[in-house]
Amino acid sequence: MEKFATLRAIAAPLPQPNLDTDVIIRVERCAQVPRPAMGRYALETLRYRTDGSEDPGFILNRAPWRDARILVCGENFGCGSSREMAVWALAGMGVRCVIAPSFGDIFFGNCLQNGVLAVRLPKAQADGLMELASRPETATFEVNLERQTINGSVRFEIDPLAKTMLLEGLDAIGLTLRREAAIADWQARDRARRPWLYFPT
Amino acid sequence: MVPNPPLEVNFVPTMGKTLFEKVWDAHVIADLGGGTELLHVDRHLLHDLGGGQALGELRARGLKVRNPELTFGTADHVITTEPGGRSKDWAVALVDSLRAGAREAGIRLFDAGSDEQGIVHVIAPELGLTQPGALVVCGDSHTCTNGALGAIGFGIGASEIVHVLATQAIAQKRPRTMRARFEGAPPRGVYAKDLILALAGRVGAAGGVGHAIEYAGPAVRALEIESRMTLCNLSIELGARIGMVAPDEATVAWLKGRRFIPTGPFWERAVDYWQTLSTDPDARFDREVTLDCAGLAPQITWGTSPEDVIGVDGSVPDAKPEALAYMELEPGAPIAGTRIDRVFIGSCTNSRLSDLRAAAAVLRGRRIARHVRAWAVPGSAAVKRAAEAEGLHEAFRAAGFEWRDPGCSLCVGANGEFVEPLARCVSTSNRNFVGRQGPRARTHLASPATAAACALAGRIADVREYL
Repeated sequence: MEKFATLRAIAAPLPQPNLDTDVIIRVERCAQVPRPAMGRYALETLRYRTDGSEDPGFILNRAPWRDARILVCGENFGCGSSREMAVWALAGMGVRCVIAPSFGDIFFGNCLQNGVLAVRLPKAQADGLMELASRPETATFEVNLERQTINGSVRFEIDPLAKTMLLEGLDAIGLTLRREAAIADWQARDRARRPWLYFPT
Repeated sequence: MVPNPPLEVNFVPTMGKTLFEKVWDAHVIADLGGGTELLHVDRHLLHDLGGGQALGELRARGLKVRNPELTFGTADHVITTEPGGRSKDWAVALVDSLRAGAREAGIRLFDAGSDEQGIVHVIAPELGLTQPGALVVCGDSHTCTNGALGAIGFGIGASEIVHVLATQAIAQKRPRTMRARFEGAPPRGVYAKDLILALAGRVGAAGGVGHAIEYAGPAVRALEIESRMTLCNLSIELGARIGMVAPDEATVAWLKGRRFIPTGPFWERAVDYWQTLSTDPDARFDREVTLDCAGLAPQITWGTSPEDVIGVDGSVPDAKPEALAYMELEPGAPIAGTRIDRVFIGSCTNSRLSDLRAAAAVLRGRRIARHVRAWAVPGSAAVKRAAEAEGLHEAFRAAGFEWRDPGCSLCVGANGEFVEPLARCVSTSNRNFVGRQGPRARTHLASPATAAACALAGRIADVREYL
């Protein structure tokens, strides 16, 4: 997985609350589009008009936000379906960091699995960044994961484990496989404790 | 001022545990620090939209399925539900990849056309794969449905599926706890779906983010088990990945004799354990919310989030202009009377035998409006057989419904079954998101009985007038 160090990039505002994963990537794209091609379909109902042409009114179709690698989002961003393709699609569009007052829990976890930094901020701070992202002259953000800051002054919290994984580009499966002995030991004890769960016939 | 109580010499401070904490704690393999724990997965469920790819990814990494006997698969998302119909070519390829991967790994697959096939969250409880106190994961956000039996069930992403296949464990941050108490008795025409939609309206689509919810109170105790599944199913629409109901005598009776439920001495031991799975009286929740059911009307959504909900006798609120524009509704207008085009009775929310019975009871002896196309899609092959054994399919067909084969169908459109652009559908499913049932399709969420009443009227209707 690609390591996350510092990111200096355009941030785009997506203020709409409860922007769900069905809108981020439609289900038929999940079933039919290979992962490397998914960026084209990220947020398609917002980016494209019904005839398939770009909607020039949508923020991500306008300069400088067309090149955004950071999204500043409304409350409960990525709510709904567990489809990890939502993260694949955003990442395919170039996004490495999403900032919001809150996220759908499953989407939040999926970001971590793909080296995308999801930052939760108190509403007032998120609103402040939304304001900055809305103006081209202040839309370039610097996200420093090591120092846990955005633009030097806005500090954010992150789980130590998640931070390490992102900074070092670690793979969760690899980490857990190192604990195989503990898993085997736990399962052996559990088989004695709850044997009925292990004997489906 | 109240004086401090005297110190007790042998006082050991203890605090009771919630149902959620008891089950979660029983699965902790290791503390990974920072509030993240490595949990054992008792049941891992795969489906056709992602199961095959995950097994392929595992193979590509040179890894094996650690516990194939604890892993089960079914075909539900991408297969056609048209009787005698053929799934799309890309859907056939997805199911084929799941078949091949399951065969190679030794995973039991409840394949399309088999007696046990169905929507994953319908068949896991139905077969007794889900049990009280178990930890169940699946690459689908509505895995919270399984909590109705006192299990912890939650949805995971594609990477986490591969992780569970490889390790039979999952690293998770412990959520906070919330208790939602339903007081009073729901009036006639008000079902579990109405209760949970009303709660979504109350706490909002983000109200449960970061929480595991326990549903409690007399109205929940009075619900039959399938209705508890409807309740837990919508937990994720409140933002909560996990929803649970403590198992009771009704749960034990419902589980007895199911295919993967233990028998003999193991049954006795299992029941003894299940009886410990309730929240202690002195346990504390991070958040409590109470909803009185007595005054509720049947609920229906008006917008593009499950939190956009009103009583069917209410008026469209003056809020969320973008949602109203998408839904083509006028603020202040009564929601009842809005002309509809489609009705869908099905999905992991409302496709069980009791749901079909409730809808059929409204439909019997009546015909749906001529302009409405209505589908009834049973949740599993077993539900379909049971429904047909009591003639429910005849009631649906006589009323003008199509009686279809089990699958996710119009809830999500992953199989290519869509509501047409700009068409308005009353649906018993769980999401009214923009484009959820098809590009530009409009969805109103409701109970099966309300959906049936709407089909008859050809408009959004109050089911209480049909009971």
